[in-house]
Amino acid sequence: MTGSPMATDKYAILMKGIDKSFGPVRANRGASLEVREGEIHALVGENGAGKSTLMKILGGLQPPDSGTMEVNGKDVTGWNTRDAIDAGIGVVHQHFMLVPTLTVAENVVLGMEPTRSGRFDYNKAVEEVTKLSRDTGLAVSPDTKVADLSVGEAQRVEILKTLFRGARILVLDEPTAVLSPPEVRELWVVLRGLRDAGGTIVLITHRLDEVIDISDTITVMRAGQTVDRLATAGTSPAEIAKAMVGRDVALTTREEAGILTTPAHGGLNGEPPSEQHESLLSVTDLTVLGSRKTREVDCVSFSIRPGEILGIAGVEGNGQTELIEALAGLRPILSGNIRINGKDVTFNDVRERRDAGLSHIPEDRHRRGLILDYSIADNLVLGLQTEFAKNGFLDSDRISANAQTQIKAFDIRPPSAETAARNLSGGNQQKVVIAREMGREFTVLLASQPTRGVDVGAIEFIHSQLREARAAGKAILLVSAELNEVLALSDRVAVMYRGKFAAVVPASEASEESLGEYMIGTRKESAA
Amino acid sequence: MNPISFLTQTLRIAIPYLFAASGGVIAERSGIISLELEGLMLTGAFSATLGTHYSGSPWIGVLAGIGGGLIFGLIHAVATIRYRADQVVVGIAINLLAIGVTRFFLKLAFASSSNSPRVAGFGGNAAAHGFDNPLVWMGLLAAPVLAFFLYRTPFGLRVRAVGEHPDAAASVGVSVEKVRYIAVAVSGMLAALGGVFLALDQHQFTDQMTSGRGFIAIAAVIFGRWDPMKAALACLFFAAAETLQIQLQGNQLIPSQFIEMIPYALTIIALAGVVGRAIPPAALGKTGE
Amino acid sequence: MSSRTREQLEEALFPPLVALLVALICGDLLIMSYGQSPATVYRLLLEGTWGNAYGFGQVLYKATTLTFTGLAVSLGIRAGLFNVGAESQLAAGGFLAGVVGLGLSPAVPGLIAVPLCLIAAALGGGAVGALPGWLKVRFGAHEVIVTIMLNFIVLALLNWIVAAHLHVPETLHTPEIRTGSVPRLESVISAFHGSAANFTILIALTTAAFVWFYLFRSRRGFELRAVGLQPDAAEYGGVSVGGVWFRAMTVSGMIAGLGGVNYVLGYKHYYEEGFAGGSGFLGIAVALVGRNHPVGVVLAALFFATLSQGGLAIHAFVPKQMVEVLQGVVILAVAMSVPEVRAVLRRARKPVAA
Repeated sequence: MTGSPMATDKYAILMKGIDKSFGPVRANRGASLEVREGEIHALVGENGAGKSTLMKILGGLQPPDSGTMEVNGKDVTGWNTRDAIDAGIGVVHQHFMLVPTLTVAENVVLGMEPTRSGRFDYNKAVEEVTKLSRDTGLAVSPDTKVADLSVGEAQRVEILKTLFRGARILVLDEPTAVLSPPEVRELWVVLRGLRDAGGTIVLITHRLDEVIDISDTITVMRAGQTVDRLATAGTSPAEIAKAMVGRDVALTTREEAGILTTPAHGGLNGEPPSEQHESLLSVTDLTVLGSRKTREVDCVSFSIRPGEILGIAGVEGNGQTELIEALAGLRPILSGNIRINGKDVTFNDVRERRDAGLSHIPEDRHRRGLILDYSIADNLVLGLQTEFAKNGFLDSDRISANAQTQIKAFDIRPPSAETAARNLSGGNQQKVVIAREMGREFTVLLASQPTRGVDVGAIEFIHSQLREARAAGKAILLVSAELNEVLALSDRVAVMYRGKFAAVVPASEASEESLGEYMIGTRKESAA
Repeated sequence: MNPISFLTQTLRIAIPYLFAASGGVIAERSGIISLELEGLMLTGAFSATLGTHYSGSPWIGVLAGIGGGLIFGLIHAVATIRYRADQVVVGIAINLLAIGVTRFFLKLAFASSSNSPRVAGFGGNAAAHGFDNPLVWMGLLAAPVLAFFLYRTPFGLRVRAVGEHPDAAASVGVSVEKVRYIAVAVSGMLAALGGVFLALDQHQFTDQMTSGRGFIAIAAVIFGRWDPMKAALACLFFAAAETLQIQLQGNQLIPSQFIEMIPYALTIIALAGVVGRAIPPAALGKTGE
Repeated sequence: MSSRTREQLEEALFPPLVALLVALICGDLLIMSYGQSPATVYRLLLEGTWGNAYGFGQVLYKATTLTFTGLAVSLGIRAGLFNVGAESQLAAGGFLAGVVGLGLSPAVPGLIAVPLCLIAAALGGGAVGALPGWLKVRFGAHEVIVTIMLNFIVLALLNWIVAAHLHVPETLHTPEIRTGSVPRLESVISAFHGSAANFTILIALTTAAFVWFYLFRSRRGFELRAVGLQPDAAEYGGVSVGGVWFRAMTVSGMIAGLGGVNYVLGYKHYYEEGFAGGSGFLGIAVALVGRNHPVGVVLAALFFATLSQGGLAIHAFVPKQMVEVLQGVVILAVAMSVPEVRAVLRRARKPVAA
């Protein structure tokens, strides 16, 4: 909680009334941002709050639909990337903007290549990168191909890239999502050094411990709007969290959810809630390899009983995606065993697992969960097409009857079965996925980021659906980047860190603070 | 078999491939599929014939050929970059268009549906074995010069970046579109030179005279792993196989059709990765939505 | 009509209309460059194709082959694959049908011989389509390049077989096939006398109907289209993406192969080197203009067949090569206007409120 000795009264960035829509999605609506010169400014908000869009507009990657922006006192509304770079803005994107087949030095100088009589002077590039690396403490090896770097190194290259271009205002989009704790500490040192040298830093994050740790000032965004501006020294995580989640939505408490008062399902001591039931989902020593042959899921075991929600918390990229995909049959496993409802499905494909009673709400509905150009009716039978076919032909009567039923039951709007999924709002798209997965007979549900990018009303609807399924005796594995969602819905919470369960605790004993330490790996405990 | 005549014939067959494959390499390294090499060559051959016929100078013919290739290259660029049309479809359309346009204007200019009148060319001194033809030297230099540009100049670095990760290039202010326009335009001019050589070497244009050479050039690009020098080696190799087939004519050991298959079969084998997989530039073909 | 159907129809119909307009303008320029009047030439073009029975018969004949290759290409595109190999699949189908026809005893009745030849044609094309499908699924080899390269290989191979073993001396074709020939339309409608139109056209229309049912009414078609639109979502829905790709390439090849029957058994009654004559490549244009819908493909096949036959009708005034230019222009214009039209239409439509 350092002050900002270097901060001046001048605004480095002043954005006002920024609107930006992508098709039906309004990413920014009247968003604003005020950042003073020489401060570390945290831009916080939940996923989908519009932080990244605002930064893309600042970086000149996209023009705003309306609104104004000033950088260092000059009106720069609607400028392009080149202008932004020339004005000293450097953006480190969440997904690295590095060319994997080029070397570190080539990536750093790209677009501003040093030349000697018209030729690209590679040696000079290496020299300059080495010098910059020494001056800033960002250690890199200039001759290495980017494809061979670790994520931490790649991020250092990204920061060097912006500094090489003379960036005085550095924007970092979720820089710690992919870093280990020592790497995070290193990054903090670098950022403080840059600030103390007079630089301005905007840090996008949704992790409150980081905000308190590093920032001087905080801007909170929610649903595309700027809702609060706070001085870090005078605030608390609770206050920030309240602003992030919003005053108009009551935080779902465990009492309201009926989770503390469920004697029918037995204990809450981290024990399986009901002794007399067999587990519906049991996973033993599951190991899954990622694309780089690393162990993304490393010898994980757990089981879920009927009427139980096991929530998985953790910083994204710690193996949650791979775990869910392996369970769903979408990713090959290296070793381990998976049972659904007592049946060994380890070697079964997606369809056989569905037939065994598995339902799956995938984390990315635009990539996996929906065929965007298919109608609502067709999307409601995706994965169930065999059941809705007779002698190899689709049974259109049953498909449209099913659509009518589900549209009504799950309140999908507009209620016309022939509308293409592409033309629905995020909340209604997600309702289509949920209707399909939960509106059928199932025993085990994998719910991955079930409320990501949907509006408040849909969030409450989806939460109530999950609770009803729990009450009906289903076993649910919930993965969410929103810690409060995991805490509000789960019976037990597991924290995933680097492919392992760092802890499994009853939700009643868990708090954001205690889980946070497991999430960032500062506390470890043998997994249950 | 005479080794000198084998080498010179190989070279003569290889020159059009060397030009066209170099054109293919630069376009594909920038992320634009170049199935249109065949059409570019044909256009180059026809424009060069027209230019030489009306001016009497093969040098004007060379310029006209380059101009023809440039126009078709720019059509390709505008369609795929500005209008985001499917690169494969546009490539095939340009090939069809080139056949149609050259035939139509062959008829219009020379009232023939098969060939143009005889035009001037370069060289012709038998003792020089073709080395008195400046286009031979240009063809031999095309790949090394391109390699220099690709690996030793700022523009080359940008081409490579744009073909692998256009968003990364854009994020540092490199204009992806501009780089691709230039790459595809250069590709059009280079490939056209391959056709120019053919027409001036044979002293006339004949209908569809490129007869699939553009596709052999594509095969060389892939077999050469999108590297200018390796692609050039592939061109020489394919040309040598062809020469062998011609010089063995009458010898029925291997039917000519099987020699013809070599470049294509090798390309499929390279793509299937039997001997080290051929991996294209990551952003190749992705200008659509 | 539901709003979604209307939206799909708009997105499907506008690009070909734009292309037609562009082609007309280009055609005007070419005709005038030859010192002729566009109106006269276009009238001649229509009279020579749809204006008399012989010309119309020739249009039907050419449209038949193009329907097969267009359906083949469009089926691939629906699965997210670009089959550029229709040319050699067509040739392989025609070749195998011809070989079976040559091999059958003249005593075998047509009712048995014709189906046998059709099966052979489908097998020939199917084999040439299956190989790139397998290479893609197994090794990730891109089907565009593989099918292009395979065109050259297969055509060279067929040329060698014919040249080495089957040809009539001094020609590039096989002996006449007497068994399994498909009757000409003129045998029923005498007005078609002299035209090459034959009953293969019924097989083409049946195939179009089959493709429609397969794509839009069968479970496999549901899965195939899902793979073409979003392979990751299809995989999530329990569809084997590789399986669909292999099947789609094989069926696509089979359909193109059937097209070979039109020339070999319906028209010339022999297999001849180079008979495909670009119909496979034109199939790409047909699929594109027909927006990958069987009905559209049949109409687009008629359009391109009209252009091609029309070239002959106007040849006395403007070189027939004009239509080759126009074919290229149409393909380019459609390819360029598809993304543009979609973007404009989607911008114009208001997002549906939640």
